[in-house]
Amino acid sequence: MSSTAHDPAPPAATAETPLLAATGLHKTYGSTPALAGADFAIRAGETVAVMGPSGSGKSTLLHCLAGIVPPDQGTVRYNGRDLGSLSDGERSALRRADFGFVFQFGQLVPELTCEENVALPLRLTGTGRKAAAARATEWLARLEVDDVRHHRPGQISGGQGQRVAVARALVNTPRVLFADEPTGALDSLNGERVMQLLVAAARDTKAAVVLVTHESRVAAYSDREVVVRDGRARDMAGAL
Amino acid sequence: MHHVYTPHVYPMCIVRGMSISHTLLGLLEAGPRHGYDLKRAFDARFGQDRPLHYGQVYSTMSRLLKNGLVEVDGIEAGGGPERKRYAITDAGVTDVEDWLATPEKPEPYLQSVLYTKVVLALLTGRNADSLLDMQRAEHLRLMRGLTRRKATGDLADQLICDHALFHLEADLRWLDLTAARLDRLASEIHT
Repeated sequence: MSSTAHDPAPPAATAETPLLAATGLHKTYGSTPALAGADFAIRAGETVAVMGPSGSGKSTLLHCLAGIVPPDQGTVRYNGRDLGSLSDGERSALRRADFGFVFQFGQLVPELTCEENVALPLRLTGTGRKAAAARATEWLARLEVDDVRHHRPGQISGGQGQRVAVARALVNTPRVLFADEPTGALDSLNGERVMQLLVAAARDTKAAVVLVTHESRVAAYSDREVVVRDGRARDMAGAL
Repeated sequence: MHHVYTPHVYPMCIVRGMSISHTLLGLLEAGPRHGYDLKRAFDARFGQDRPLHYGQVYSTMSRLLKNGLVEVDGIEAGGGPERKRYAITDAGVTDVEDWLATPEKPEPYLQSVLYTKVVLALLTGRNADSLLDMQRAEHLRLMRGLTRRKATGDLADQLICDHALFHLEADLRWLDLTAARLDRLASEIHT
C-alpha cells in the first residue's frame, strides 16, 4: 500500500476509476518524437500489455507512467494525484513504496546476494534487516528460487535471475508493477515460467501490471492490450 | 488457407493430420483391445475436444481388417461389432513404423485469407491498418484463452495449446510485419 503522505488526500482509485492514467503525453528526445499524444489507463489488479514495434514509444510510455521521465506535455495521475505536481523526492518515495520494476536484464546488484537484492526495496523503505531477509526468503520461495538465495547474480542462470528480479519487484507489495520485456532474454520454457509466476503473484497481491512486450505469447497473459504506434497508444479493446 | 483457430477446432487439426487409422493401429500395439476400449483410449489421449464416434472406430477397424493390418483376436458371446477384440498383425506393426518414420509435409502457408483481405482493402481504398488491428485483437483474444487453459490443464493440454499458440504467434508476427510495410505495399499495388 501507499506509504507516501500528501495533503489533502486525493480521492482513492476504485474498481471503476483507473489507478494510473495518462492523458495527452508528448515526449521528444532531441528531434525524435517518442510520444505524440499518448493516452493510457489501468485499474487496480489489471494486467495490460503495451505492444508495438521497436522505437514506437512503448518504453518511453512506461518511463513516463512510472514517473521516471517527465513528459514534455500531458499528465500522469496515480491514485488521483498528478505526478507532475510532485517534487523529485516525492516521486522517488512514491516509486519505492508503490511501484515495482522488472526489466529485461542487468537489474540485480552484482555485489549483493539474491536474498539481499530482494530485501533491498524493504531496507530502503525502513524495514529492519531481519524482517526484510525473512520477507525476501518468502518471496524467493514463491518464485521457486529460494535455493539460490545466498548466490550472487553472476552465479545463477538468466531464468533464475529474472525470478529473483520479479521477487524483488513484488516484495514491497507494490500497487503497480512495471515490467519492460521481462522475458526478452529468456528461452521459451523459462520465459513462460517467469510469466506464470509473475502474473500469479501480481494477482495475489492485486497489483496492476503494465507489461511492455513485443511478444504476443507474453501479451497473452494480460487482460487486454494497448498498441503504441507512432507515439500514440491505441486500446485494442475498441478494435473489435 | 488459414485454419479457423478455436480451442475446440485446433486440436482436431492435429488429429486430422495424424490419421485416425494409424493412431488406432498404434494404440493396438500395446495389446489386443475391444472397439469401445480403443475409442476410450483414443479420446483420452487425442480427442480432448472432439471424441471419436463409435461408427468411425468400427468403419476404420473393418478397413484395417480387410487390409490385413489387424485381425480378430476373439469374439465375446452376444455377437455384434462391439464384441470383437482386435489385435495388430505384423503388417500392421510395419505400417505404424513406416508412418512414424515418414516426416509430415509442412504446411506451405502460401494461400492466406489475411493477405487477400489486406490487398483488397488497399485496392478498394479501405483502411488496412484497422483491418490488421482487428485481426491482431482477435488472435490475442484466442491466445489469452489458450494461455488460461494451459494454466489449469495437464501436460497434454499444455502441449496442444502450445502448438496452437506458436502458430498464432507466427500469424501475429506476420500481421506486425505487414503493418510496418503497408505504405510500401499500397504504393506497389497502385502502380
